[in-house]
This record gives sequence, C-alpha cells and structure tokens, in this order.
Amino acid sequence: MDDPYTTLGVAKTASQDEIRRAYRKLAKKHHPDLNPGDTKAEDHFKKISAANGLLSDADKRGRFDRGEIDAGGQERAAQPSYREHAQGDSGRRYSRAEAPGQGWDGQDFSDIFGTMFSQGRRSGADHRARGDDERYSLTTSFLDAVNGATRRLTLPDGRTLDVKIPAGAVDGVVMRLKGQGGRGLNDGPAGDAMIEIHVAPHPFFERLGQDIRLVLPVTLSEAVLGAAVEVRTPRGKVSMRIPAGSDSGTELRLRGRGVPSTKNQEAGDLYATLRIFVGPPDPALADFLRTWSPETPVDPRRFMEDTP
Amino acid sequence: MISFDVLIARTAGLCPVDLHRWISNKWVRPDGDAGHYAFHEIDVARVRLIFELRDDLDVNEAALPVVLSLLDQLYDARRRMRELGDALGDLAPAPLRQALIDRLSGPNAGSNA
Repeated sequence: MDDPYTTLGVAKTASQDEIRRAYRKLAKKHHPDLNPGDTKAEDHFKKISAANGLLSDADKRGRFDRGEIDAGGQERAAQPSYREHAQGDSGRRYSRAEAPGQGWDGQDFSDIFGTMFSQGRRSGADHRARGDDERYSLTTSFLDAVNGATRRLTLPDGRTLDVKIPAGAVDGVVMRLKGQGGRGLNDGPAGDAMIEIHVAPHPFFERLGQDIRLVLPVTLSEAVLGAAVEVRTPRGKVSMRIPAGSDSGTELRLRGRGVPSTKNQEAGDLYATLRIFVGPPDPALADFLRTWSPETPVDPRRFMEDTP
Repeated sequence: MISFDVLIARTAGLCPVDLHRWISNKWVRPDGDAGHYAFHEIDVARVRLIFELRDDLDVNEAALPVVLSLLDQLYDARRRMRELGDALGDLAPAPLRQALIDRLSGPNAGSNA
C-alpha cells in the first residue's frame, strides 16, 4: 500500500481542508464513471479513495501518523461501481433510449455501421439536428389582446409570420409557433418561434383579470335625473341606464362585457365608475343654485373630519 | 433488493430528504411507490454515484441532470458496442474478425484509408 500522503500529493502537515481539496481534484480526474473502460484510472481511484478514507478522518489520520495503524486495511470493501452495472444488461434500466429494454433496431445499425465502417468520418456531415428556438416580441393594442387578432410579424430573415393572438391574451404570454424557428441541420426539423406578446395600455380601459374598468363621465343632469347613455366596451357600444340620483364614484356593472370567455375562463364584466362633469359656467344653473336649498343638507367632507 | 431505510443506513452522509428529491427528479428510479421503494443493485450503485458526484466531485444539483444524461448516453453507447462485439464474435467468420482487428488496431486505425 502506497503512502496515502503521496497518493493524494499532499504534505504530512497538510490541513484537513487541503486534503479534502486534493482528494476532490484527483477524484474528478480518476472517477471510474468518468473514465469507463480505463482500468488504470479505476485502480488509481480506489487508492485515492482509500487514502482519503484514512486521512479525511482526523482520528484515523492521527493513529496512522503515530504508527498505530498502517495504510492497508483501509481499502473499502470492494463495492461494484456504477459503471459495472451500467454497462451490463442491468444498465438498460437507466437507458436514454426511447423504449428502454428493447433491442437493436435498424437505426442503430445504420448509426454504427454508417459511421464506424463505411462512410466513416465526414466530420458530422450526416448529423441531423433540430433547429434552435427563436424568440421574438410582438406589441399589440389593448383591444386586439382582449378580442383576439391575427398580426403579421416580419422576421429578421425576411420571412413573415401570421401570429394568431388568442382572445383574452395577457401581457407577457408566449406563443409557440411550431417549426417556425431556426432551420434544422441536414434536414433536421426546424425549431419553434417563441413570440412574447406585449399589450400596450389603452387610454381609458384598464384590465384587472377578466374584468375591465373605465371611468365614465356623465353630465350633472344625467346623474341627477337618470339617463340611458352609450358606453364603449371592447366590442362596440352598448346602451347603459344611469339610475336617477347617481353620484360621482357610483359603480355600474355591465355583466359579460369584460374580457370575452375563453376555454379556461368565463367572460369578465365591465365596470363603469361615474364621474360627474359639470361643464362650462352656466348662468341659469348658477342662479338656480343660489336660490336652491337642499331638502337634506349634506357635508361631503364630513368623513375627513372623523378620520384621524 | 433493499428498502429506502436500509439504503439510507448504508450510505454514510446521505439524508432522506436528498434521496426523496433524487427519486422525484427521476435521477434514481427504484421499483414501488413512496413508502415501499425497492432498490435494485444498480439503483444502489447509482445513488452512490450521485452522492459522489455531488459531495466529492463538486457537481451541484443544478448540473447533475446534464452529467447523468451524458453518463447514461455513454453507457448506452458502450453497452451497444459490447453487444455488437459479442454478435461479431459469435457470428463473424474468423478471417473477418481478424480483418476487423487488423483494421481497427492497425496503423491506419481511425482513418478511411
């Protein structure tokens, strides 16, 4: 048995840390699973692990240094390495082949004989590879994202792609167009185009999940007397009734007029928050207000007084 | 075949949490379901391999799937080579076997000449 310090290439005074580092460095080089078929590496690895087994244990190392035990006998009981299982028939258990446990097929023969015996080494010319996935970004309007649309994207190589944006698409969603990415090598399949959708904001619609909100300006008389007004929704105008006596901040709902339903989501609602718009100065209105005494006087700032 | 607990007991330094994670990552594929795993010899050796790769060879768990995949492919290739060699040994007539040996080990080995 060689001197374990020599095997690991460290001084007798080496710290435990130095020993550990020396062992790791050698193990990376000589581990049998990284050197299949190289029996010298395997023997060497056994010596390295035996030396490490002795020196990494401060107690055993002390006894060895004092001459109480010798380097022999520290060798680990020979356990078959993973390599010995993996190359044998039992190794099929972790085979990367599509259907583990099956035998050879014609492709294997052409793979092996094609490269090993006949056409030989045409530096990978027969190598087929799938093309790369390519990433693009597409900015769409708010309404196209809500309603769905088809947009044409021109790629750097001049090709055009028609991207179908599904109704209800959210900002950041990635569409995968199969086979529209980079070309494969030697007739290999093309990669996919991955298109990230960005949704531009809308001047007055705001999306919250499946619901859409907007602020709806109304006149003083529409709010006080009630009215039927037209409201813009993502899919055209609809008529909405403003109840008499509405106020700024009153929230009205149009059921099902938010983001349309999709496979996984029900349609959302449209919420209109009223904001009363007084308009330019009007002498008649001013005269009326000067003489008007409310039936129920209110202090709209009262809540501010009560709140610390 | 041995159980989860026996395997843990036999592998100094291996914690059950790690082994559970390796199983759920499919890096180790014992028979049976959680609570009743049965490890074949090759599974035991593979656990030791993963343990050594991580703790002695500094392969962190993020890189382990790549390393395992390459090792699995290497062993597949070597197993196939062995099968091919066995088949040639059984079926190829002696002169062909000798010609193959000459070709593959001769001075022109590795070239098309």
